[in-house]
Amino acid sequence: MAWFKRESTEIQSSDEKRVRTEGLWVKCEGCRQIIWKKELEENLNVCPKCDYHFRIDAFTRLSLLLDDAAFSVEDEKLSSTDPLNFFDTRTYKARLQKSQNDTGLKDAVVNAEGKINGRPVIVSAMEYSFIGGSMGAVVGEKITRAIERAAAQRKPIIVVSASGGARMMEGVVSLMQMAKISAALARLDNARVPYISLLTDPTTGGVTASYAMLGDLNIAEPGALIAFAGPRVIEQTIRQKLPEGFQRSAFLLEHGMLDAVVHRRDSKNYIARALDFMAPRAA
Amino acid sequence: MDPAVRAQRQLKAIEEQIAQLEAKAGHDQDAHLKLKHLHHQINFLREQIRAHVNAWQKTELARHAQRPFTLDYVERLFSDWSEIHGDRSFGDDPAIVCGMARYQGEEVMVIGHQKGRDTKQRVYRNFGQANPEGYRKALRCMKLAEKFGRPIFTFVDTPGAYPGLGAEERGQAEAIARNLREMARIEVPIITTITGEGGSGGALALAVSDRVYMMENSVYSVISPEGCASIMWRDASKKEIAAQALRITPPDLLEMGIIDEIIPEPDGGAHLDHDSAAAMVNEVLARTYTELKSKSVHDLLESRYSKFRQMAHFFTEA
Repeated sequence: MAWFKRESTEIQSSDEKRVRTEGLWVKCEGCRQIIWKKELEENLNVCPKCDYHFRIDAFTRLSLLLDDAAFSVEDEKLSSTDPLNFFDTRTYKARLQKSQNDTGLKDAVVNAEGKINGRPVIVSAMEYSFIGGSMGAVVGEKITRAIERAAAQRKPIIVVSASGGARMMEGVVSLMQMAKISAALARLDNARVPYISLLTDPTTGGVTASYAMLGDLNIAEPGALIAFAGPRVIEQTIRQKLPEGFQRSAFLLEHGMLDAVVHRRDSKNYIARALDFMAPRAA
Repeated sequence: MDPAVRAQRQLKAIEEQIAQLEAKAGHDQDAHLKLKHLHHQINFLREQIRAHVNAWQKTELARHAQRPFTLDYVERLFSDWSEIHGDRSFGDDPAIVCGMARYQGEEVMVIGHQKGRDTKQRVYRNFGQANPEGYRKALRCMKLAEKFGRPIFTFVDTPGAYPGLGAEERGQAEAIARNLREMARIEVPIITTITGEGGSGGALALAVSDRVYMMENSVYSVISPEGCASIMWRDASKKEIAAQALRITPPDLLEMGIIDEIIPEPDGGAHLDHDSAAAMVNEVLARTYTELKSKSVHDLLESRYSKFRQMAHFFTEA
């Protein structure tokens, strides 16, 4: 017989002693330091200690790029019709519904019109938290509409990419969006209307292999993963560990695939500067 | 032996017997009627066999090592082939072949993925997986064709663009993206045939065309069934379900309006009879070639744009 016997397995604690800390502090992925969330938000979601750029949602991005957040949102009613009737472990319809409930968006991109330092622009900002920012028929259509509007109104367009690539659940339909958007960009290019592509973490697959790499200027945020094939796929193909920093924006800059890597606080001014250069000259 | 091939051979043997009996039947009307009936039954069975090739079986047929590849079609459909190598920036990619050729006696450009048949050739052709320099070579040749007003034929057969370290460093994404944009405004007709595997962006980078045809036993997909299975089910052995779910077969894609027409193949598949397969491709290409070459540049570009603009409208605006 045991000498001691624990009468109750639970250790009692009173509720009032608990200090609520959830949501107040964030651990930085870059330097592993603990940051006060409010401080992080005030610093545009960039780590004040190591400049690690946290992912931000589409509306935060729009308010960061556009003057006084005075912008109008377009094409917000478009939603997917599930062309393949796709199901895996869950149905695609259920996944869509869940993402729509979680984000309050109909799909993974927000189209907006507004001004950058007083200059009218059109912006499409992708939302990574909506099924990995993947591109299906709706993303394709919205970005194409934004481009066509830009061409028709002769307003510069900025596309902010944050996407895992084509949306597998829409099969080849999502692949065709790459052709559709690129064809619209050919017309925009013919019309000599400026297009700036801002690549943020992560931009991979079919999005990189279409509009994200077709800007008059392709600029990226520091540390963003930018790839055609993701690191895991490459590791499986070549059966080697990939070097540190492979496919990060600094790597792409070094290999001549980006025009600039721009800190989040400077992105608006950089774009404004570029638009000055690209603006049609007075006759 | 592959059961499908065995079934095809058996059908052929029965057909031969029927033909022999027909010769013997002479003037016996009743026998002729019965033989005719047997003939119909055989055709019906053939159709049944064709209709029951599922998405995964089609994928396997599309990947068959004995299928005709781009250079096999070049040999049979074109004359005076003269290959053009290199992207003038980095190197030559054997996974894509480009060249000047004559079609019906007229100058054209032919561009296509090329796979190898034996191990050595397969490695040399990198299993038909192109690097950025391959896509850049293809675009360079398209621009050349445009400059001299020569129509372009492309043949697509690739598992996908090569996912390697060097490919990333040299801008695989940029190379594909540029092809998509530039093909949309090339001022000569572009006719594409998907002859085997239409693997994602690597296939699309040669397929922003006025007409896109698929051979009966080919597939066109955003991701391989194995890739999809390992992502969605975390189990690559679910590839057969994934192949079905992705809807990658020619009838599926025709129904969704992604492709223009399906090119039939000889019984059992193109790998059994390259000459007949090439003849069947030629029938469709010849018709399209005549139709497209008479179009004005303006009409051509407008209809190419609206083809892709109207494609895959799977959304609602409720």
